[in-house]
Amino acid sequence: MTFEPVLTKNVGNPAALTLKGYRQLGGYEGLSKALLMEPDAIIEEVKKSGLRGRGGAGFSAGLKWSFIPKGKDKPKYLVCNADESEPGTFKDRLLMENDPHQLLEGCAICCYAVQASTCYIYIRGEYTKAAAILERALKEAYEAGVLGSSVLGSGFKLDMYIHRGAGAYICGEETGMLESLEGKRGQPRVKPPFPAVVGAFGSPTVINNVETLCNVPHILTRGADWFKSIGTDEKNTGPKLYAISGHVERPGTYEYPIGIPFREMLDKAGGMYKGGTLKAFIPGGASAPILPAAQIDIKMDFDTVAKAGSMLGSAAVIVMDETTCLVRSVARLSKFFNHESCGQCTPCREGTNWMELLLKRLEHGEGREADGQLLLNICSHIGGNSLCALGDAAIGPVKSLVDRFWPEVEQHIREQRCPFPQRRYFGNGS
Amino acid sequence: MSVSEPKVTSPGLPPAAKAELDEVRKRYPTTEAALLPALHIAQRAWGGWLPDEAIAAVAAELDLPTSKVYGVVTFYDLYHQKPVGRYRIRVCTNLSCQLRGCEEIMETLHEELKVPEDEVTPDGRCSYIHFECLGSCDTAPMMMVNDDYYENLTPERVRHILRGFK
Repeated sequence: MTFEPVLTKNVGNPAALTLKGYRQLGGYEGLSKALLMEPDAIIEEVKKSGLRGRGGAGFSAGLKWSFIPKGKDKPKYLVCNADESEPGTFKDRLLMENDPHQLLEGCAICCYAVQASTCYIYIRGEYTKAAAILERALKEAYEAGVLGSSVLGSGFKLDMYIHRGAGAYICGEETGMLESLEGKRGQPRVKPPFPAVVGAFGSPTVINNVETLCNVPHILTRGADWFKSIGTDEKNTGPKLYAISGHVERPGTYEYPIGIPFREMLDKAGGMYKGGTLKAFIPGGASAPILPAAQIDIKMDFDTVAKAGSMLGSAAVIVMDETTCLVRSVARLSKFFNHESCGQCTPCREGTNWMELLLKRLEHGEGREADGQLLLNICSHIGGNSLCALGDAAIGPVKSLVDRFWPEVEQHIREQRCPFPQRRYFGNGS
Repeated sequence: MSVSEPKVTSPGLPPAAKAELDEVRKRYPTTEAALLPALHIAQRAWGGWLPDEAIAAVAAELDLPTSKVYGVVTFYDLYHQKPVGRYRIRVCTNLSCQLRGCEEIMETLHEELKVPEDEVTPDGRCSYIHFECLGSCDTAPMMMVNDDYYENLTPERVRHILRGFK
């Protein structure tokens, strides 16, 4: 059976940028259908579909919605996480720039399901083009009565706003995002309470990724059973966007049934850049431990990748050929996490700094044999010891370097130089 | 004992910026929530950066302590506390761009503009800085100039782009 793109079917079609065009392409049917249903029935349908969060954690979207308390004593919010900042990830930008109404429709259905009357789309500050496209789509949707005091004439009131971030990876973390939305430094909160109970402005809040919400209209129009028929098994369902970059011939965002083998994905991206040889790849963005070339046949779904000792994360696949210095690559990722650590928790703030310093030293051939153990020690002090997942994310690539690619690190130590072609390393500290 | 904040004289937000902010404020249930958009607006009004008087103007407008606004400004990478060039260049140097040659892009900028990273050319035209992932890894290496993305760069293309910046 050939797979027809679902989320990206309108990509490259300028008609999708207008409300009229989007409707002609079948848009807002999911929302019309949803408005005739009981809100709880929508949550059940999304739960049944098996849709898992596409932002990184892979948590059941329907279950998340079901945590929102019923009743009207407090306002409720949806915050759409469009703060796409995980290095290697560029799929949400594609969805927003090419099919903005698909996202607005997904947001509107979610809001109706949890009875939230306000939605903020928190978009990273650098995505000015996507923000402008979304603003135009919002304006059209308001003018046509798709949003506002009575969504499609149903009597359901919904306001939707774009909120631009200002350049901080940590604001992609749920509670860091809420702090930032409230006008503060984006430092994650202590949990519990979880956002479903105490979220934005002290009220129950759902936070979902762009791609997650874009799946929702299709689940409504085509049903949970159709959605479940795509994918590896009942826990890994639906279409999935994979953002492939690095040493491949045709980097880009590709849509496949979740669980496509990495080898097939690589072939479809034109194979290795300039005919190189695969050395290693990162299956799910900067936070995901690196996998060796031997894992080329791995199925790219949440559970299979986790079993292999990494994570699907945001499905940002970074491919590296045999000319790549992995010490240098991990040093670069560590520099990123050091820069982006919000500084609130000591293990993460201090640990990410030391990891970067150690890896730079190793990269330049100034490392010592004991540095491997030292890195693992730092990892064990960071892991599980900070408020949010950034610390855990930071140790992923480092641990995989020491555990899986130690001979390469050792070569740097033994030869007291980087055995790969030398390039300048940019930037100091932050 | 009370600690007083240093006083900064500020002309306040220009009328157009104030009008824009008044519109944006309506979106939020608290005044404080308008702080990030307010800083974006102020930064535009002050030519791409936030001098103390801009920070003071935002603080006064939203009735927030200056220290609180300052704390937010220093947290986020897109707010600048020193002048930037009319063309503000951010080069992505994260892993995907590193694998495809972002170093050459940084080197080319250095050679052509003849100023160190994060300093403005004497004519006020350009400044450049390395940046974290800008979400355009499929077109690596890439850079962002003001609000626009320039993708699939080569040193030659960078030189050509710079020639177009007046």
